Amino acid sequence: MIVQDIVEKLGLKVCSGANGLNREIEGGYTSDLLSDVMGNADENHVWVTLQTHKNIMAIASLKELAAIVLVKGYEPEADTLEQSNEEGIPILSSEEEAFELTGKLYEIINQAK
Amino acid sequence: MNKYRADLHTHTVLSPCGDLEMSPVNIVQKTKECGIDILGITDHNSTLHAPLIKELAAKEGIMVLMGAEVTTKEEVHCLCFFENEEKLSEFQKYLDQHLPKIPNDENKFGYQVVVNEKEEIIDEIECLLISGLNQSIEEIERKVHELEGLFIPAHINKMMNSIISQLGFLPPDLNVDALELSHHITKEEFLKKNKYLSKYNFIKSSDAHYIENVGNKWTNFFMEELSFCEVRKALRLEEGRKVEIEE
Repeated sequence: MIVQDIVEKLGLKVCSGANGLNREIEGGYTSDLLSDVMGNADENHVWVTLQTHKNIMAIASLKELAAIVLVKGYEPEADTLEQSNEEGIPILSSEEEAFELTGKLYEIINQAK
Repeated sequence: MNKYRADLHTHTVLSPCGDLEMSPVNIVQKTKECGIDILGITDHNSTLHAPLIKELAAKEGIMVLMGAEVTTKEEVHCLCFFENEEKLSEFQKYLDQHLPKIPNDENKFGYQVVVNEKEEIIDEIECLLISGLNQSIEEIERKVHELEGLFIPAHINKMMNSIISQLGFLPPDLNVDALELSHHITKEEFLKKNKYLSKYNFIKSSDAHYIENVGNKWTNFFMEELSFCEVRKALRLEEGRKVEIEE
């Protein structure tokens, strides 16, 4: 399963990093504490959060995450967006809240396994 | 160069979590007893008690840094200080504009009251003061520096409401005047785990919510005289001024 698949299945908006839409997804992590994500998210995870600060890109890059999904229609800040394009790690946006979105992602990713 | 004792992080009864004993009169009295020369007044997202405390403290020869402990959109706590009442009230307008209008439930969170010198309640704040502003840490930092204030991320070692807990690490381009550590860790222990922060200047403060804790932790400021300008120089290690944490 690649990032493009979840974009299509969940109708997500691609905010930035479109050159990374073919990145492989193997799981996911939902959290708004970046210190927690740094310690607990794994490579090729899709990360669900409401944080839009540019530090999210540093964490995504460090942990080699597949993509970031912002909830509740949030959009990345300008410098966050720029870094996402540079690194080729997509930032996606959903109108849904973290609870609903995480539930759907969990189902889709597990079905694909 | 003179040595001054500074406790730059205290809450008053205005903060919902601040004890009812934390009135301006009591705080000034306790500050005097502890031999603190510079006191920072930092209620959550409100500056309203600072001018009265400054006035009362001046009679005792204590300098007050007027400010607030602001909660950013990312839920990072930051100490912000201003030189005079004009700039402070400008910043208060910014806080009022950006604090979400969530009513305070005083049974759950505590009272948010402003009192006068006689400890009579003169105002009660309706919006919950511990919410996060709808402004990012960078936006708040820019506002503070536009008003020529001081910006110090609070208790950055804590795993709650600190820049490290919320954002993973200190963004290298964030313009901070200093960083605050809580009493839970020494500066040496902290820097062992966070070498990238070695070039920053650190303070420690009481973060008092109860009267017995006012002035129980402080930082020594080495500078010429008690003034906002000298405090800024000491925090930035300018012209031979400096700060040293008293462990």
